[in-house]
Amino acid sequence: MRHLLGIEGLRRADIEALLGRAEAHLHGGPDASHVLRGRVIANLFFEDSTRTRTSFEMAAHALGAEVLNWTTAGSSVSKGETLLDTVRNIEATGPVALIIRHRSSGAPHLVARHVRCAVVNAGDGTHEHPSQALLDAFTLRRRWGRLDGRTVLIVGDILHSRVARSNLHCLTALGAKVVLCGPPTLLPPGLESFGAELTTNLDAALPRADAVMCLRVQSERQGENFFPSTREFSRMYGLNAARAERLKPEALVLHPGPMNRGVEIAPAVADGPRSVILEQVAHGVAVRRAILEEVCR
Amino acid sequence: MSSTILLSRGRVVDPRNGVDGVRDVLVRDGTIAEVSEAPLKVQDARVVDATGKLVLPGFIDLHVHLREPGEEGKETILTGCMAAVAGGFTAVVAMPNTKPVNDSVLVSEYVKAKAREARLCHVYLAGAITKGLQGEEMAEMGALVGAGCVCITDDGRPVMNAGLMRRALQYAQLFNLPVMVHEEDLTLSGKGVMNEGRASTRLGLTGIPPSAEVAMVARDMVLLEETKGRLHVAHVSCEGSVRLIREAKRRGLNVTAEATPHHFILDDEAVGAYDTHARMNPPLRTRRDIEAVREGLVDGTIDAIATDHAPHGVLEKQVEFDKAWNGVVGLETALGLTLSLVREGVMSLQRAVALLTDGPARAFGLAGGHLAAGAPADITVVEPEAEWTVDSARFFSRSRNTPFHGRRLTGRVAQTWVSGRLVFEDGQIKESR
Ligand SMILES: [Zn+2]
Repeated sequence: MRHLLGIEGLRRADIEALLGRAEAHLHGGPDASHVLRGRVIANLFFEDSTRTRTSFEMAAHALGAEVLNWTTAGSSVSKGETLLDTVRNIEATGPVALIIRHRSSGAPHLVARHVRCAVVNAGDGTHEHPSQALLDAFTLRRRWGRLDGRTVLIVGDILHSRVARSNLHCLTALGAKVVLCGPPTLLPPGLESFGAELTTNLDAALPRADAVMCLRVQSERQGENFFPSTREFSRMYGLNAARAERLKPEALVLHPGPMNRGVEIAPAVADGPRSVILEQVAHGVAVRRAILEEVCR
Repeated sequence: MSSTILLSRGRVVDPRNGVDGVRDVLVRDGTIAEVSEAPLKVQDARVVDATGKLVLPGFIDLHVHLREPGEEGKETILTGCMAAVAGGFTAVVAMPNTKPVNDSVLVSEYVKAKAREARLCHVYLAGAITKGLQGEEMAEMGALVGAGCVCITDDGRPVMNAGLMRRALQYAQLFNLPVMVHEEDLTLSGKGVMNEGRASTRLGLTGIPPSAEVAMVARDMVLLEETKGRLHVAHVSCEGSVRLIREAKRRGLNVTAEATPHHFILDDEAVGAYDTHARMNPPLRTRRDIEAVREGLVDGTIDAIATDHAPHGVLEKQVEFDKAWNGVVGLETALGLTLSLVREGVMSLQRAVALLTDGPARAFGLAGGHLAAGAPADITVVEPEAEWTVDSARFFSRSRNTPFHGRRLTGRVAQTWVSGRLVFEDGQIKESR
């Protein structure tokens, strides 16, 4: 794997190899601090995300790499420099990999066509967020052993969610069934063709789920008339305590973060016994170590 | 130099005059003098052997962006005309969205002067419907017609104000002027950057639903029926539009329409991995829409093939998909792409030629488009079996933005004659000043 631009197109074996490597890291494994010693990994965050950036940074350090943290704040981007110019300048400093978070879907693809080093997509627009999907799958796999035959329900703003897209591809590849749930305005066309089942009825879908993943609702969507209000959204699609009662006893609850507590997920559910939300965060570093090792080989 | 030319023994396809067969075409002083089934013997004529070639009326493109004045780095009137004649076009209609906009006699005169200087093909003008393409106040239509505009359009933008559109359709009747429309309801297309469908969902790109186009076509058909005006629908891209135009024609409304090669060849999967060369407006649609557009081309619902030649520089295309500009260059690939429909059995050669010649000429009431005696000697000679690979680096256009780079095409322009002058031959622009 030269780049990790998305989960779409990865084979089950590729995904399992990455998850297996992450498992080894999680258990301490053999000392990996020499793997990227003396090499530079560049973190290019054109959009803020402390969580993802820090997680990649920790993963890089664990492999012995130096990290170049670059953000748009006060950079030449605000002076009109193009994405490719910025990236070429950073590439000239000699990193082995560029980790890119960008508002525009496909930005890492554009970069990958014009650089020699590896490119890792750390979230592009409303397209994909592959490392998040891998850590979600990793978390479920640690709980379940295998994902085959399991049903994962993803709820919320599917249309704008890169997490939903990456998870759809990833979970499906690993043998799980994915049900996507949200209001009709937030379910884009053609999702069935990627193997998903669609529903607008959360209450009917809950009892079938082995895991529920709540997506962050962006309040600015309210002004775009995808739904009338955050309050109504919460009433229709929020995972509150009463709804959580409809779940199977052993069903898990995930959230890619950051959460709007009380909107898409109730605090009692987020902090409750089903929640694996903090495990997700902890697993992020191990999974990202595996990704960096793979693309920097 | 002799002003008498004899194009001998080519296969003449002239849909308006019902000609399809080997003919001799005699040109005198820039005009077709005779088209003869029997070989002609003419003294002092420059004889061009057209055996095995197609001799066609010069192609007419109702929809090109020449970018001058204002964006000469992308294209100039000269380079645009070079691209036109290299593609077999002897006449083009220049869209008004230049900088400044062609909403005045001054800009019209400037474009005409540059076109005269280029001296390659006929350049007809389209004036703006509204001042500055702002969609608020009507431009001085009478003055624009006086300066030679053959249609008005705010192309690139819709006329969102229905009341204004209605008045434009009424007022244009003073001049029997077609009003060309870019059909897009901006409240439906929103921030969309490609067709809304499976491909946009996969790529996480904001979609433009077909209703953005179809709803505006529907509105304009209603306005057209009421005003009895003359409407030309630019770059029809989807099934619903074709259906509405077909019905309107059946009811006798004065509507014409055009479709571009990219809309009848490529679907939205051509965006692939964010290829900005596949970004255009209207966007590439689905297979089903392609089939509908093709049916419209065959059954006469769509009158003309137009390229919507829209040059852009690397800077406008080598960026994130949602920041890229819309548009593709089309003049130099149109013939090969159109002929691919003939090879696929979608339409006859006669129909394909009609869509490039007679159809556009009639839509805007332009001279040319056929080869009867007395017509201007605008002639395109084509080697129908010549295979070639599109290499955007070799375009005469100043821009390279095409999704067809690397595509194998069959059918190449051998010669282009404009008013009896050979302006393009075997890959070379002829500067016969
Ligand atoms: Zn146009």
